[in-house]
Amino acid sequence: MIQDVLFYLFAFMTLLSAVLVVANPVSRNPVTSAMFLVLTILFMAGLFVQLHAFFLAAVQILVYAGAVIVLFLFVIMLLDLKEEQSRRIGKLGSVLGLVSVGVVFVLFNRALSGLPAKVPGATGQPSLEGLTAPLGHALFKQYLLPFEILSVLLLVAMVGVILLSKKDLR
Amino acid sequence: MSWIEHLSPTQQFVLFSTLKVLCVIVVLLPTIAYSVMAERRVSAAIQDRVGPNRVGPFGLLQPLADGLKFILKEDFTPAHVRKVFFWIAPAVAMVPAFMTMAVIPFGSTLGAQKMVIADLNVGILYTFGIVSLGVYGIILAGYASNSKYPFLGAIRSTAQMISYEIAMGLSVIPVFLCVGDLNLGQVISYQSNHGWLVLYAPVSFVIFLVAAFAETNRLPFDLPECETELVAGYHTEYSSMKFALFFLGEYANMIAASAMMVTLFFGGWTLPFFGLDQPATGILGGFLHIGIFMGKMLMFMLLFIWVRWMLPRFRYDQLMDLGWRRFVPLGLVNIVATAIFLWMRA
Repeated sequence: MIQDVLFYLFAFMTLLSAVLVVANPVSRNPVTSAMFLVLTILFMAGLFVQLHAFFLAAVQILVYAGAVIVLFLFVIMLLDLKEEQSRRIGKLGSVLGLVSVGVVFVLFNRALSGLPAKVPGATGQPSLEGLTAPLGHALFKQYLLPFEILSVLLLVAMVGVILLSKKDLR
Repeated sequence: MSWIEHLSPTQQFVLFSTLKVLCVIVVLLPTIAYSVMAERRVSAAIQDRVGPNRVGPFGLLQPLADGLKFILKEDFTPAHVRKVFFWIAPAVAMVPAFMTMAVIPFGSTLGAQKMVIADLNVGILYTFGIVSLGVYGIILAGYASNSKYPFLGAIRSTAQMISYEIAMGLSVIPVFLCVGDLNLGQVISYQSNHGWLVLYAPVSFVIFLVAAFAETNRLPFDLPECETELVAGYHTEYSSMKFALFFLGEYANMIAASAMMVTLFFGGWTLPFFGLDQPATGILGGFLHIGIFMGKMLMFMLLFIWVRWMLPRFRYDQLMDLGWRRFVPLGLVNIVATAIFLWMRA
């Protein structure tokens, strides 16, 4: 009962703050948008906690709310985006946005309806629940290669950014 | 007390959790107020002054007088500020410091209750997540003030806190390599069996200590407020109770950082003699453990205060250099060295 109430509360607040990130009727300030993005992430972490994925919830807050969006704010505050404040969402933009939301919704719906109601052999408790050790085993044993490839990808992006930001590069 | 047994487990959980939260806050608030007072008395002693000693016996009622002064002062909001953010910022600065206390085991047991508010499996990650939210209070204050010095203070603190969070995160990994669990209760029971972790991971402790000074904006790393360059940094435009919230938030953060260091490196509520390293059986032992924890924590608070009046402030580029070019590589080497050591031993 309380679980259901909490789920609907978190889900509603996630969606509401996500909408306020892109279409805030009161303020067109980019800093306000970034702060609503933080709220979206916090409520999403609440949803993860309800799924007993404590590790994901903590990392979600630590990485996205604690670091990535702080850097967003850093950039927004240094650039002083006056143009961004006066810009409105055009007709084309809203149509394209709605279409892409529709496509994502259909894709998710198709993918989820294809699943059996209960995966055979699965117990009620997911094996990754709460504990960090099973997650580590899965990442570093079962999915080692994809994990390492992803980390190389991140490294490439980092080196690329440093190269681009250096002005006098020989 | 028979009515407690009649409650369902959920009701008992809610009742005891609420009680623990209330007790922690009731103890924490005076501790914050008196650490401000301790700061003033210790600094006076270091500088060969007298310090506040007029209000009450030995000046012990000074925090009350300070609090009254903050409430009675005019709460002035400058005309050029961004109102909403200006009001939210002090609260955002204060709340995370309290939330980190939720996973700290501040005692063994009282009766059947474990003396920790939330016994999370991911304890340390929760703490890091909440601590990383603390930076928003300072950023929002700087942005909302809409003037140059607070803004510069906010920009500095953003870069400083993110940089030292990385060093701090890297520094605790060897601790968890030794323990094999992220739960802070497990960390303490490991220490009661094998000895304090500061002996196993001294490099980790040094990095964590320095990073804690940087994260709480204390001298020698108080660049976000840095009065000789930035007037008062991010809280230049604040007055009255709003300023007090930032000020007390800093001390609350120091208490949280001290509690973390005691838990991770100095055995939490345990002491290695008189059998004090096992969970208490009676009520008296339970209170004794809480007392031991508080004592260790206050020692670290004293260290925070002492260092402030001993060291000069770092220059900003020196601060960043120390974080990125010294502590991050050192932290990485420390992880690899600990891993190799544990592998050789196994």
